[in-house]
Amino acid sequence: MVDLLTIIISKYNYWGYIVLMMIGLYAMIVKKNLVKKIIGMSIFQTAIIFFYVSIGMKKNATIPIISHGHDGGEHAVHAVDFINPLPHVLMLTAIVVSVATLGVALALAIKVYQQYNSLEEDEIDSQIKVK
Amino acid sequence: MKWFGFIAVFLCGSLFIYGTVEFPGWGDPLSPTSTHVSPYYIEKTMEDTSVPNIVTAVLADYRGYDTMFETAVIFSAGIACLFLLRQMKRKKTDFRLYRHTATGITFRIEKGGKLPPTAKEFERIDGLWTPYDLIIKTTGRFIIPFIQIFALYVIAHGHHSPGGGFQGGVILGASFVLFAISHDLRSALNRMSEKLTAFFYTLGVYIYAGTGALCILLGANFLDYSALATILFVDPVTARSHGILIVEIGVGIAVMAVMVILYYNLVSAGKFDEGL
Repeated sequence: MVDLLTIIISKYNYWGYIVLMMIGLYAMIVKKNLVKKIIGMSIFQTAIIFFYVSIGMKKNATIPIISHGHDGGEHAVHAVDFINPLPHVLMLTAIVVSVATLGVALALAIKVYQQYNSLEEDEIDSQIKVK
Repeated sequence: MKWFGFIAVFLCGSLFIYGTVEFPGWGDPLSPTSTHVSPYYIEKTMEDTSVPNIVTAVLADYRGYDTMFETAVIFSAGIACLFLLRQMKRKKTDFRLYRHTATGITFRIEKGGKLPPTAKEFERIDGLWTPYDLIIKTTGRFIIPFIQIFALYVIAHGHHSPGGGFQGGVILGASFVLFAISHDLRSALNRMSEKLTAFFYTLGVYIYAGTGALCILLGANFLDYSALATILFVDPVTARSHGILIVEIGVGIAVMAVMVILYYNLVSAGKFDEGL
């Protein structure tokens, strides 16, 4: 029982991202509306960003910016005092790329709407079959 | 389909949760992610590049090649949106509408009619034109310069505080989008035309790749900014710091222009006449 509790306490962050990720995946699989699918994709990306940022976390550590004095005070920098900067770097670019992919996805949705006058998947499907 | 999707997602999620049993705990300093390459970055950044913000140093220096292609991804997203939506052939309309800004009278010019003199009193409008909301317009005009100053600060101060090219570029792009929302698309296009935007996002990628190529010409590896020391007249460590700043400016310009072109295309479905 105590073991289970420690597992839950030390791992609950991952569970949050998995739930968020599955909400996005569910929206992408089940929803018929293309815009809802795009929203699902955004939620999925956000879950992955959260996951990466959380694995960079360290206990009793501060943000990865080294404090420095004007005299160039060189005191030793220890890796345990700063959280891991690498996931932050990767996700910094991922956020902007996700905005870019969102823009392209919306552009495609506009194109689909101009062609079929609908964003519902089944209506588009029936129009394709008629042709 | 609904139940099938739910069961598939549920199974997938359970598998993921089962997988987390092996994962390191929340905030564990000895987790594998924090023990391989990141201690090097944290401990050596100051002596290698003299940049206190480790994230900026890793982004633009240690992993500069990666970031260059991220910029290229954003560039190609802007290009893709342009190719998908932009309608190059302008639909010929039978009439054009011009509004006299002082009196608010709208002129309808039939086909073949004479244009009003290109003075400042007249502005071209569309059939869907709605009067500007005074409060929104005034607030927009008031707040946009501060947003832009803040964006430039975020780009320029990325070495010492959270910030950098990507974040500053997005804020700068948001200020143009705010202008386009609080006025209309035509007045935004008068300030920041499509050609200028295209020039900017090309320029941004060009600055980044050009800095890398310059390092080759000066006899070092691609994107090894310490080679810039000879033309910037500083020592190699400071040259890396300056190189990061140059690259971040390039990223900021590219991101800003892509944000603006995405908005312009999406909001008017590529027709560039009337927006939101």
